[in-house]
Amino acid sequence: MALLVMNPGVLSTIQDAGRKGYLGSGFSPSGAMDMRAYRRGNALLGNRPGVASLEFCLMGPTLRFTRDTYCVLTGGDFGAKLDGESVAVGHTVMVRRGQELKLGRAERGMYGYLAVTGGFDEPVVMNSRSTNLKCGVGGHGGRALVTGDILWAAEQIPGYRPGIAGRAYPSDDAFYQFGSPVVELRVVLGPQEQLFTEEGIRTFLTQEFETTSQSDRMGARLEGPKVATVAGSDIVSDGIAFGAVQIPNHGKPIIMLADRQTTGGYAKIATVASVDIPKLVQCKPGTKVRFTQVSVEEAQELLREDYAAEARLIEEIRA
Amino acid sequence: MSFNITLAGDSSLNVVLSSVISDDASRLVRAAADAIEAADIPGVTELVPTFCSVMICYDPLLIGYADLAQRVSEQLSQLSLGHEAARRVIEIPVCYGGDFGPDIATVMEHSGLTEEELVALHSGHDYLINMLGFLPGFAYLGGLDERLHTPRLDSPRTTIPAGSVGIGGAQTGIYPLASPGGWQLIGRTPVRPYDADRERPILYEAGDYLRFVPISKEDYVRIEAAVADGSYECRVHLEGTAEEGSCAIYEGEVR
Repeated sequence: MALLVMNPGVLSTIQDAGRKGYLGSGFSPSGAMDMRAYRRGNALLGNRPGVASLEFCLMGPTLRFTRDTYCVLTGGDFGAKLDGESVAVGHTVMVRRGQELKLGRAERGMYGYLAVTGGFDEPVVMNSRSTNLKCGVGGHGGRALVTGDILWAAEQIPGYRPGIAGRAYPSDDAFYQFGSPVVELRVVLGPQEQLFTEEGIRTFLTQEFETTSQSDRMGARLEGPKVATVAGSDIVSDGIAFGAVQIPNHGKPIIMLADRQTTGGYAKIATVASVDIPKLVQCKPGTKVRFTQVSVEEAQELLREDYAAEARLIEEIRA
Repeated sequence: MSFNITLAGDSSLNVVLSSVISDDASRLVRAAADAIEAADIPGVTELVPTFCSVMICYDPLLIGYADLAQRVSEQLSQLSLGHEAARRVIEIPVCYGGDFGPDIATVMEHSGLTEEELVALHSGHDYLINMLGFLPGFAYLGGLDERLHTPRLDSPRTTIPAGSVGIGGAQTGIYPLASPGGWQLIGRTPVRPYDADRERPILYEAGDYLRFVPISKEDYVRIEAAVADGSYECRVHLEGTAEEGSCAIYEGEVR
């Protein structure tokens, strides 16, 4: 099964669960920005964990299918139309050869994912199919899609799978807190919270911040009150985790995301809980967010619960 | 070995071994990273050794924070930093000056050294890799001779070719891929510190040593061709062991 790229959209890249094993060599992990949406799309299709999906941002691509297949859209809502008919987020759809899937502007969220049966077939570079734009490796030729590209699914002839079409997740709008006046992001304090004043920590954990348009796959810059340090934000460079909240000397948070540098020299006040990173990633510029402290044990329990809930859902859907 | 464990979210933690950058700190970091790796703790997905700490990335679905912190503590409390283990020195051929080192005159002027003295000084020291970061395979090196410390360019270049060897303040290093940058360029290596198509994409790791070996422009062209067809072999010395003085040559790549 091949997909013809009729229109690439703003930034459409092949991504998977990320490039593991090279962080210590200075290599960004890449991978899906919204890991949860990426994972759920493939889970619904019964794909092996870790296969590649297509990620798109802000304005989605238009794609023509050359064979019958199943696909699922997850993450943001891009007003998808299959030959003019609306396709709901989180629903398995059977696509016929020759049909055109048109994704528009992001109506809700920022990042969307297209999972197809078997995943996308791209060469594995350094343990992953994820696109690393900075180094020009992985994904489809190490770059974002352009018009005329042809993407292949790993499974050429998925065959008819009775009952797959129509399988659907309930809406995730509540999970993402779309439309909510303030999106709550749970954080684990550290690794350098001691470099901030008590007042600085209080500001961080009680005040509202706003997402800005200066955000991309590397990181999300927030606007808001200045988070005060005791004596500046410079540290001896150390490792940067997914969701790390750096506070440079200007006092405004920068949250480090999939294409982040692996090391950095700004103090990190906290790290967004893994379960809440998808919420942040899907915030449009100008969304208000508030940080709430949780313990590391709570954050891990929240993540385990989310995985368990997903597994139960999949079981129910298949039953 | 004394250390602190700090939280880097629900999927990473930091083992902090020092508060200042030094070659001793790097040796501690290397020893700790090796010990954690050797322990093969289920759920640990990745280690990021840095100047003073090791970030351990893990899957919280497989191991919780408290369990992991305890396992790590057990491993490291027994560990002491004796004499340095075998020192792995990787030779990096560098063609100094000329078109490859457009700023060598600036460094000469700043240091008051002749080009020969400068090259001898820069290539006469084995540099410990304190950390990899910033770019794939970008090595932060310790131990640049003070006479060679030179301020960065007032206005950074928009593109620096891959393989460029430069000096920025008190640091020296290699640009592993084309990138903007403000370092004073003194030479270039035909060796690729990073190549995604190689079996081992990054040539070295934190805790290894780099030795710059001056080469002529003719050597550069010859080595560049050998690198391109995959036949170039980096020279690696394993020092400080019974094999001292021996020279291991690895096919096409280190290790």
